[in-house]
Amino acid sequence: MINKAIYVDNNATTPIAPEVYQEMIPYLTQYYGNPSSIHTFGGQLASKIDEARQRVANLLGALATEIVFTSCGTESDNAAILGILSSNPSKKHIITTKVEHPAILNLCQHLEKNGYDVTYLSVDRSGALNLDELQKSMRPDTAIVSVMYANNETGVIFPIEQIGRIVKSRGSMFHVDAVQAVGKIPIDLSKSSIDLLSLSGHKLHAPKGVGVLYIRRGTMIRPFIIGGHQERGRRAGTENIASICALGKAAELAHKNIADENNIVRKMRDRLEKGLLESIPYTFVNGDTVNRLPNTTNISFEYIEGESILLLLDQHGICASSGSACTSGSLQPSHVLRSMGVPFTAAHGSVRFSLSRYNDDSEIDKILEVMPAIISKLRAISPYTPKTK
Amino acid sequence: MWNYTDKVLDHFHNPRNYGEIENADAVGEVGSMACGDALRLTLKIDKNTQTILDAKFQTFGCGSAIASSSAMTEMIKGMNLDEANKITNAEISKFLGGLPPEKMHCSVMGKEALEAAIANYRGITIEKDEEEGRLVCRCFGVTEDKIQKLALENNLHNVEDITNYTKAGGGCGACLQDIQDILDAVWHNKKEKAPAAEAPKPEAAKKLTMVQKVKLIEETLEKVIRPSLNQDGGDIELIDIDKNKIYVKLLGMCSHCPSSSFTIKSFVETKLKEFVSPDIEVLEEQAND
Ligand SMILES: Cc1ncc(COP(=O)(O)O)c(C=O)c1O
Ligand code: FES
Repeated sequence: MINKAIYVDNNATTPIAPEVYQEMIPYLTQYYGNPSSIHTFGGQLASKIDEARQRVANLLGALATEIVFTSCGTESDNAAILGILSSNPSKKHIITTKVEHPAILNLCQHLEKNGYDVTYLSVDRSGALNLDELQKSMRPDTAIVSVMYANNETGVIFPIEQIGRIVKSRGSMFHVDAVQAVGKIPIDLSKSSIDLLSLSGHKLHAPKGVGVLYIRRGTMIRPFIIGGHQERGRRAGTENIASICALGKAAELAHKNIADENNIVRKMRDRLEKGLLESIPYTFVNGDTVNRLPNTTNISFEYIEGESILLLLDQHGICASSGSACTSGSLQPSHVLRSMGVPFTAAHGSVRFSLSRYNDDSEIDKILEVMPAIISKLRAISPYTPKTK
Repeated sequence: MWNYTDKVLDHFHNPRNYGEIENADAVGEVGSMACGDALRLTLKIDKNTQTILDAKFQTFGCGSAIASSSAMTEMIKGMNLDEANKITNAEISKFLGGLPPEKMHCSVMGKEALEAAIANYRGITIEKDEEEGRLVCRCFGVTEDKIQKLALENNLHNVEDITNYTKAGGGCGACLQDIQDILDAVWHNKKEKAPAAEAPKPEAAKKLTMVQKVKLIEETLEKVIRPSLNQDGGDIELIDIDKNKIYVKLLGMCSHCPSSSFTIKSFVETKLKEFVSPDIEVLEEQAND
C-alpha cells in the first residue's frame, strides 16, 4: 500500500484530522456502551452525542435539535427528498438541477419511474443556473426543490439564498446538498431559507460513513429509516458514536479553520491554476472562477484523455481525479461538464484538483513541475494535437 | 482504479511505435474524440511480399487504449497482411496479459484500426453505415453487425459484455433493449435446444448410422447455424461429409468477412460438436468466385 501521496483529491474524500482521530479512540475502545441503555456505562454516552450535535449546530448556525445524524451524505439526500414526498403525498413534482451528485440524480430518476414528475434545471457554459427557469418551473404541486450548494466537480457555488426565496415564495420545501460546501465556505442557517441540508463527514476531515441531515424546526417530514426511537424518531438505528463524535470534532475544527480555507487554501489553489494555465497551452478552466469553492479547480487539457493524465500523475504519487469517461465509471464524460456544454474533447481531458488545509506549497510546486511533461508526453501520442510549432 | 497488468502499464508508460509514418502505404482511422478514444494507424508495407515493414500509431484515449495500440503495432510488425488481418481483439488483449472487462473495447479499437488500414491498402472503402448494417447505438455509433460479430467471436452473452467490448449501451442506455434482442437472436437456438438435447446426445451420436448423421448435420445447419449467419447476410452450404470431417462453403457476406475462418472454426464447429458428435471437424472449401 502506498502511504506517501500528494493528495489533491479532497472533493472525493479528505484525510481524517489527527484531533478527530484522537476524539474517536475512546469510543472504539473502552466506551462501547449503547447510549439508549439505562445503566450509566451506556447511557452516559448520550451526552457525548449531544455535544457533537451542538458542535455541528454551531458550525451551521443551527439549533442542536435541528441536527440529525445519518450514515452518509447519500442517506441525508435520500432521507430529505423521500421524507418530504411521503409527508406530502398529493404533491408529485420535484425540481432539481442537471449537475447534482448521483445521490440526487439517480434518486430522482428512480422517482420518475414511480409516478413523479422531475424538472432538471439546466446550467450555462459557466455552470450557472438561470433563475427565470426556476421561476417558470415552480408548480402548485412542487413538493420539493433540491439544489446543491456547490458542485463537487467544478466547485461552482449556486446562489442558494436567491433560489430559496423563490422556492419559499411558492410554498415548496427547499433542500440543499451542501456536502461540498460545509467547512469550505461559511454557512449560517439561522438567516437562511433552507429547510433541509445534507452534509457528509468524510468531506471535512471526519471518517467515512457518517453524515447529517439538518431539518429546520417545524418541518413536516417522515422518517426514512424506520425502527427505534433514536434521533428523536427521525432516524432509527443505534448511533455510530465514534463517528458522530468525530464529526462533532471535525465541525468544531472546520469552524475554527474556515478563514484558512478561504485564505491559505485559496492562495494555493490560485497559484496552481495560474501556473498550469501559463505553462501548458490549450488549457482552460471549467466553470465560473468567481463563485467557486476556494479549494477546487477543474482544468481541461485539450486533445488528451483524463485517465492517462491521472495514471502519469499517479507515478509521482499525485492523487487527482478526472471527468473523463474512463474514470467516471461510465462510458461518457462527466454529466456536469456535458450539461455545461464543455466540448466532449475537453471534457474527456479534464482534471480536478481539490485541495485542503493539509496541502502545502511544496506540493503545489511538485505538481507544477511535473504537469507540463505529462501533458506533452500524451499530446505527442495523440492524433489530434495541432501540428503547429 | 483499474487493475492493469504490468504489461499494460509498461506499454502505457513506454509506448512502442507511436507517431506517424510519412508517406504511409496504409492508414487506418477509427473512433472519435467524442467517443473518448480514437486511433490512427499508419503502415509501411513491402509491395512484393505484402509484409508490414513498420507500424506507427497515434492514440487519444485512456491507459489501456494507448497500451492496446502499442501492443498491436508490436504484434503486426514483420507479419504479412493476411496474417495481420487474422489478429483478433482477444489476441491483443492476451498479448497484454489481459485487460479489465470494462476495457475490452480498447482491444477492439486496435483490431478495427488494423482492419481499416489493411482495407485502405487494398483499396476497399468501408462505408460504415451501409456495409455494416443497422445502427443500434447512436451514442457510440455501433451497428447490429458489429454486435453480432463480437458476440460470436468472443462468446458474449450479456448486454454488459457488449457494452464492455463496443461501448454500445454505455451512454443514454436507449439501445439496451435492442442489444438484448440481438443477443437473444444470436444465441436463442443454443438456449432452446442445448439443454434438452444435452444428456443423451454424445451416446446417441456414437450409435448413429451414416444416414442418420447426415440428417442430423443437415438439421443442425438448417436450424441452428444458418439463422445466425443469415443475420450477417451470409449463408452456409454443405459440400461433403467424410466420416467426421465436414466440408462446408461460406456464401454471401461471410465469404468476404475477414473473420470467416474464425466463424467457421469456432461457431459452426462448436455447434456441430454440440448437436451431432464431439469428434466432428469442420473444413472450409474456398469459395471460388
Ligand atoms: C455533492 C455531493 N453530494 C453527496 C455526496 C455523497 O456523500 P457520501 O459519500 O457521504 O454518501 C457527495 C460525495 O461524493 C457529494 O460530493
Ligand atoms: S444509443 Fe446506445 S447508449 Fe445511447
